[in-house]
Amino acid sequence: MNRFLQSFLLVEIVKGFALTLKYMFFMPRVTINYPHEKGPISPRFRGEHALRRYPNGEERCIACKLCEAICPALAITIEAEPREDGSRRTTRYDIDMTKCIYCGLCEEACPVDAIVEGPNFEFSTETREELFYNKDKLLANGDRWEAQIASNLLADAPYR
Amino acid sequence: MATVKLTINDQEIEVERGTSILQAAQQLGVEVPHFCYHERLTVPANCRMCLVEVEGGPPKPAASCAMACGEGMVVKTDSPMVKKARKGVMEMLLINHPLDCPICDQGGECDLQDQAMGYGFDRSRFHENKRSVTDKELGPLIKTVMTRCINCTRCVRFAEEVAGTPVLGQLNRGEDAEIGTFVHELVKTELSGNLIDICPVGALTSKPYAFKARPWELRKTETIDVMDAVGSNIRVDVRGREVMRVMPRLNEDVNEEWISDRTRFAYDGLAKARIDRPYIRDANDNKLKEASWDEAFAYIASKLDGLQGDEIAGLVGDLVDVEAVVALKDLLEGLGSPHMDCRTDGSRFDPSVRSGYLFNSGIAGIDEADAILIVGANPRHEASIINARIRKAQFERRVPIAVIGEAVDLSYKYAHVGTSLKDLKKFAKDYAENVKAEKPMIIVGSGVFDREDGEALHAELHKIAEDLGCIKDGWNGFNVLHRAASRVGALDVGFIPQAGGRDFTGILEGTRDGAIKAVYLLGADEFDARAHIGWKTFTIYQGHHGDHGAARADVVLPGAAYTEKDGIYVNTEGRVQLARRAAFPPSEAKDDWKILRALSEVLGATLKYDTQVELRKRINKEFKLIDRVDEITAEPWAKFGTKGKVAAGDFVNPVSNYYLTNSICRASDTMNACSMEFKAQNEDYLEAAE
Repeated sequence: MNRFLQSFLLVEIVKGFALTLKYMFFMPRVTINYPHEKGPISPRFRGEHALRRYPNGEERCIACKLCEAICPALAITIEAEPREDGSRRTTRYDIDMTKCIYCGLCEEACPVDAIVEGPNFEFSTETREELFYNKDKLLANGDRWEAQIASNLLADAPYR
Repeated sequence: MATVKLTINDQEIEVERGTSILQAAQQLGVEVPHFCYHERLTVPANCRMCLVEVEGGPPKPAASCAMACGEGMVVKTDSPMVKKARKGVMEMLLINHPLDCPICDQGGECDLQDQAMGYGFDRSRFHENKRSVTDKELGPLIKTVMTRCINCTRCVRFAEEVAGTPVLGQLNRGEDAEIGTFVHELVKTELSGNLIDICPVGALTSKPYAFKARPWELRKTETIDVMDAVGSNIRVDVRGREVMRVMPRLNEDVNEEWISDRTRFAYDGLAKARIDRPYIRDANDNKLKEASWDEAFAYIASKLDGLQGDEIAGLVGDLVDVEAVVALKDLLEGLGSPHMDCRTDGSRFDPSVRSGYLFNSGIAGIDEADAILIVGANPRHEASIINARIRKAQFERRVPIAVIGEAVDLSYKYAHVGTSLKDLKKFAKDYAENVKAEKPMIIVGSGVFDREDGEALHAELHKIAEDLGCIKDGWNGFNVLHRAASRVGALDVGFIPQAGGRDFTGILEGTRDGAIKAVYLLGADEFDARAHIGWKTFTIYQGHHGDHGAARADVVLPGAAYTEKDGIYVNTEGRVQLARRAAFPPSEAKDDWKILRALSEVLGATLKYDTQVELRKRINKEFKLIDRVDEITAEPWAKFGTKGKVAAGDFVNPVSNYYLTNSICRASDTMNACSMEFKAQNEDYLEAAE
């Protein structure tokens, strides 16, 4: 009887409209005006890759190839040889961003925090070729985003 | 042989008396971790990783590698006491071991890494500074990072016992203990690359391979080496198309687990000075010009057109597989030429009897021999692996060794009893009646036959071998030590002058006096073709490196190197082995037998096989090679050589520079660096001596 009355008087629909109207007029706005406004992102956000440097300018990557080995999409290609001073460095570090699935395992595998997935997610390109990143591009990314990457890593450090 | 019974982890096993607990456990398949113990070296028991619990013994763990099995022993390899002991040893080894696995070339194939994962503890209680050790300079082949060293002394023992060059040693005591060279000497041995394999950590790694690749990204192919006639079993590691390194493969009958430096490090020559497309020499400016396969074949056909069969000759070089040799032989026979020879070092001997040119007792036979006479050879340079066996015979069983020929450093002690055939005859006469040895062995270097009267010398050696008692029931101690990987195979398939044919020197003379108008060089690089082949002779070179042969050739056809083809090789003891393709030949280059097959069609003497299987069937039908893969057969002893006078003259060793013996080595930067380095060091010493 009670159920019959509820459906007969359209209680559910009235409730629904009430909720809609409440959000329309009385609640704070949640959609954002994207290119001009951006939502907050976690320090763990996995965006565009970057190769970091030490504060003295020395590149961190030591060509251990663990990221290459763990990459489930086989997106990373590394070649290495001894640099003039005898240290182990890459001569080639390529990431095929079209293959990458942004799983973050490369970042997890890296023993020196060299390869990281930074906060940038706005790197769409007009051609496919532009997404085949090489070492220069990755290091340039690192230089550009270093401040934010470093603070993100610091923020996440207590949970590791 | 007396045996003892013991129990390991509740399993009973009966082993020979004198077997160590570690070996017994291995026989049972029980894993006992260890670093310093190596089955081919003496036992120092200094890493302490192999500790086990022996019930009833003193109440402490025992080093299983150094403790012999006793009757009724009860051994436990996984009791709490053992686990605790291992954890402690591991922690102590890691105290001073740097945490640099990501930049270490051993990473991924490191004993310490594996065992630390399996038996170690995940943190250290050591908060003081780690020790660091200065790196040592060991030459152009071995890179050292001595801080990583765990002082297992495997390298010291290898250098002293197997290689016979005791230049490494453990210096200082306690925390300062380190491995070093006593007088800053380079490790001057042809087996130095094995130090890299033997090092359980990343202290000794390969310099040419430094940082190039990781073990997990390499494609591994098991194949056969061609740098000398030993036919060492190797594994070629390839990334993409590039050979990244060469590693030994275990074969107790051939190379045990060692390989020589040439085998291990000459691979970088495979990427350099390669012939990757056909070339034709331009008549106008005398330079080689790129051509297509069709153009090259058409040019050859036009040049050979109208030549009689006996105006054409063929020579086979040192690195050629049996398939290509047979294809060339069939082609020459199809063209009607009897002139062919594989002995491009100019040696002359009687190839009619197989036991006359084989290492009859087999390489493993050295382990049985109880007296060894080396004639006119430097096995250290001609076959380093065989030299290591001879050294082992002396080191383990005190086998007496005598040398006739040049008195060179062979890394073991020997009696130098002469330099010429006269001395050899005198030696044979003196000892003919009273050789006490049960299994005496005579090793004849292939270089001794490099003379006009080689066949007469061959007959003399036959007699001497019999006089010295080398030939017995079940034992043939007459051994010819070849230098070229292709030689025995080519002799087996009869790539020798046919009826009425000229031999190597005859062919070269023929090119100069005009009797031979065209010559086919199949990888023949071991003689200076420009100096020896007449300028009018039309020369075809087929091979993989731009070396002596290509420099003279009128047409160059690109072939495949040994890592790039499936091929049959026969080593100096007559063992048939199959090489397998690890990578593809560069650009236009093709398998050698395929080139010959294609050319034969253009020349109108089409070979009767289209696939490698058919070719192998054809080889097997006539020569029974495939039936004998990986085994050696005792060849009947028969008369060989021709009677004649042998001129006086000392035996000269044929290899003057160990590092540059074939076209691949000569193209290799590593081998050239070695050649320079060791030559320079010799000169330093000569200066210091003055």
